[in-house]
Amino acid sequence: MTDLTVMITRCTRRSLRDPEAFFTSLLLPVILMLLFVYVFGGAMNAEATSTREYADYVVPGLIVLCAGFGAGTTAVAVATDMSSGIIDRFRSMPIRSSSVLAGHIAASLARNLLATALVIGVGLAVGWRPSASPAQWLAAIAMIIAFILAMSWLAAMAGLLVGGPEAANSVTFAIMFLPYLSSAFVPARTMTPALRPIAANQPFTPVIETMRGLWMGRTSTGAPVGHEALLAVIYCAAILACSAAAASYLFRHRTAA
Amino acid sequence: MTYTIKADGIVKSFGGGTRVLDGVDLAVEKGTIFALLGPNGAGKTTLVRILATLLKPDAGTATVAGHDLRTDPAGVRRSISLTGQYTAVDDVLTGRENLVMMARLLRLPAPRARRRAAELLTAFDLDDAADKRVKTYSGGMRRRLDLAVSVIARPPLIFLDEPTTGLDPRSRNQTWDVVRGLAAGGVTVLLTTQYLDEADRLADTVAVLHHGRIIAQGTPAQLKARHDSASLDEVFLALTEPGHAGEPGHAGHHSRHEGAIR
Repeated sequence: MTDLTVMITRCTRRSLRDPEAFFTSLLLPVILMLLFVYVFGGAMNAEATSTREYADYVVPGLIVLCAGFGAGTTAVAVATDMSSGIIDRFRSMPIRSSSVLAGHIAASLARNLLATALVIGVGLAVGWRPSASPAQWLAAIAMIIAFILAMSWLAAMAGLLVGGPEAANSVTFAIMFLPYLSSAFVPARTMTPALRPIAANQPFTPVIETMRGLWMGRTSTGAPVGHEALLAVIYCAAILACSAAAASYLFRHRTAA
Repeated sequence: MTYTIKADGIVKSFGGGTRVLDGVDLAVEKGTIFALLGPNGAGKTTLVRILATLLKPDAGTATVAGHDLRTDPAGVRRSISLTGQYTAVDDVLTGRENLVMMARLLRLPAPRARRRAAELLTAFDLDDAADKRVKTYSGGMRRRLDLAVSVIARPPLIFLDEPTTGLDPRSRNQTWDVVRGLAAGGVTVLLTTQYLDEADRLADTVAVLHHGRIIAQGTPAQLKARHDSASLDEVFLALTEPGHAGEPGHAGHHSRHEGAIR
């Protein structure tokens, strides 16, 4: 337990002392929310999104987008660690090596939850009116946590796979781009026929639709929220299990550059 | 004689079949400074990483600080500390935070960890920089912090991989003083170096690693006498020059490398 607390403290300090990245990750949700609601929101017709206001539609999508950005930050943090001598020190110490990665994951979860809270806060300020009961709120938050954990482990694995921090940075780009090809910003059915099946079936969509269904009472796919939630949980669990196993393996077998 | 490290026939190959270590035997006496000397690529770091349990040897056995490398790597890890070629400290944290963090990881309770950190900051002349981020430290200060971290738990054996590479002469001298101080306190130090004068001035025993084998071993004085040289430089050149037949008692060990040496 001590190992884990120490590692979490370390990763949290590292996050807080990188003001540039820290503020970007906090500014991003605010700016994106304002951008989507006030710039694009007017053009999004209510019929297509089946919502009163675009804010009612877009909040889950922005949460996922910010989590993708947060995952990129985690990938960079892990890759930076791996390219420094401190990893060898940790590994030659009598500590659980898993705690090093767990520290990154915990810090990633904290950063992302903060970003999520901002999306929710700004969303409420610009007109988002969720109809969810307290139980549905809890379920939505559980969904977010599951998704963030899956993305964080995926990012940790990516950070271990790539050669260094610069390469890890490109992971941010990839993960941030995927939500655009989901039901995050517009329903899949409004897309060009070639993209529709991709957007409807990629892992981000059920996660987004679960939140949307819980908060607004209906999904944009028309499927019941239970169906989307089941898919989302399966996706998150699978991504989490595979990435965590791969990351732990890579961590044990890769040496500092 | 008590050996802190006793290694026999350590072999390690990496992909492609290159034998980085080709049967290394090593015996390091307790409380001494042992220098592993060799050019870049001689396998020094690989050997240190094996002895510090970071790599598994393909063949060979070793007892490190009383623990068998193969059957009790956790025991080895409890008795050693490794300072790698790249300073192994977190440069976003301050010197004090680094020391407290490492002390906590070594199971010191929080108050004792803080006391030990303060003690070491003073001992390693880092009081003024204690609460500054390591990023702002000079190379020599980083090294000193690195060494301070290494001795938090008072390990009986310390590995230092190229401890002075990249340091200016003054920092180098300071580092040497610290290493001598550690040995005087009863700690066994195994260090690698490519600097002959470092081995000469610091080590009780020098082993020359070349093409994966120990090709000469002894005190700096013995090596000089044996090769009738005034400096270790000449010994080193004589040992590593093409076609060298090896020293008495070791002939044959490395004969198949003859001609391959550039």
